[in-house]
Amino acid sequence: MADATSVQRRADPATPPASGYAVELSGVWREFGDRAVLRDVTVNVPAGRTLVVLGPNGAGKTTLLRILATLLRPTVGGVSVLGCALPRDAWRARGRIGLLGHEPLLYRDLTGAENLRFQARLHGLPGDGVEQIRALLDRVRMSRRANELVRNLSAGMVQRLAVCRALLHDPELLLLDEPGSHLDPEAAALVEPLVGPAPGRTRVVVTHDVDAGLAEANLVLALRAGGSVAYAGPASGLSAGDARAIYGGAP
Amino acid sequence: MMSPADAAGAGRDERRPSTLAALRAILAKDLRVELRTLQSVPAMALFAITTFVLFRYGLDRESLSGGLAAGVLLATVLFAAILAVNRLFVAERDEGGFDAIRLAPIDGSALLGAKAAALVIYLLVLEAIAVPAFGLFFLDSWSGLAPLLGVLLLADLGLAATGVLVSSIAANSRARDLLVPLVLLPLLVPVMIAAAGASQELLAAGGPSYDGVAKWLAVLAFYDMTFAAVGFAVYDYLLED
Repeated sequence: MADATSVQRRADPATPPASGYAVELSGVWREFGDRAVLRDVTVNVPAGRTLVVLGPNGAGKTTLLRILATLLRPTVGGVSVLGCALPRDAWRARGRIGLLGHEPLLYRDLTGAENLRFQARLHGLPGDGVEQIRALLDRVRMSRRANELVRNLSAGMVQRLAVCRALLHDPELLLLDEPGSHLDPEAAALVEPLVGPAPGRTRVVVTHDVDAGLAEANLVLALRAGGSVAYAGPASGLSAGDARAIYGGAP
Repeated sequence: MMSPADAAGAGRDERRPSTLAALRAILAKDLRVELRTLQSVPAMALFAITTFVLFRYGLDRESLSGGLAAGVLLATVLFAAILAVNRLFVAERDEGGFDAIRLAPIDGSALLGAKAAALVIYLLVLEAIAVPAFGLFFLDSWSGLAPLLGVLLLADLGLAATGVLVSSIAANSRARDLLVPLVLLPLLVPVMIAAAGASQELLAAGGPSYDGVAKWLAVLAFYDMTFAAVGFAVYDYLLED
């Protein structure tokens, strides 16, 4: 019998973009009013690789993820995601991106199962994604609580449902903003294999855990407070000590 | 020749839901939440009944007809509708629904259509309660109420087409509770003029008259189509940051 992972993975891995990069950022700035939160960010992520984004609060990490998720436009600069130039071709990239951010993007007055069925319908999953939903809920051990209203669940349970929501449509690009938030060690162990590296999946991971981030990274983008780039390149080119230095020594 | 990005997206395109399917999904979600929380329709109905009581004793009249009757009914429905318009995108704004919907491979007009359909349904339920109550409070004869439903339906469509646009624009503003009535009411003046013009004939003393009703219905239909077309034309742009 197929396990949840095999249910979830694509039968036909998507063709990588022509450039070989799943994510291309070139001189990206983002301003809110007079305040720049991202300054001249340039980084390319090959398809199937993991980019870990490090930086203190206010470094623009979440803004960067929202730009990649097509939810925010850059003020200046070029962005291409899965071969689609943003914002012009955002409609072609949508449905191929999974976002797990600070907000779970779940309706509090629906149950977990209702939320996931709603998402499955929006993504056009066959049979309203019943099989995928069941498999994912089993993987995060939320099957027994799936019919409770989201507003009645603990933060950790909501985060587990949010992981299911982000993975339900089997995205080619996974954007993760502190995926372990609110999770106890047992729950984190359940979630890690689901959001970890997988064939054909490119990941951009925002984390404050320098050691864990460097361990899973192929590439690192380190941002200073204010959004300028401290380092962008292979993970092997950045030591844990140098990474910690961008936090002022205390991540 | 198909580019690699096109090829990558081709399999996804096959499962891209139609606009109608997405609209149905969002509408079903909204109705489920409203049935569960009863946040909009009961408040609208309570507001309408309370307003009728105030008019009844404020005007000190036991029966109304013509323009006054039309004004009382339509103003009440309009202000009750604003309660729902204000709440239309609350879950989308507060619970990340905008982001979740924009991450899906669907046309923005599905959200517009679903919200407009939800608002029309709320208004129809409101009117199923408010119109009989209005008859009980103010009418000597109910003979004009049946044709009045057609006028109200066209007015509802105009209210929904305009209300969804205004509500989505105001949703991310801190002054949204102020913005919605300030922007929406002027835009709805043509709807109110046309609906009142048709309704006063139907609520005339001595029974309904149909003189000039067709003209006002045509105005209402034109307004509805215009704002629906504007909404579908601009909604994708409104959804972007």
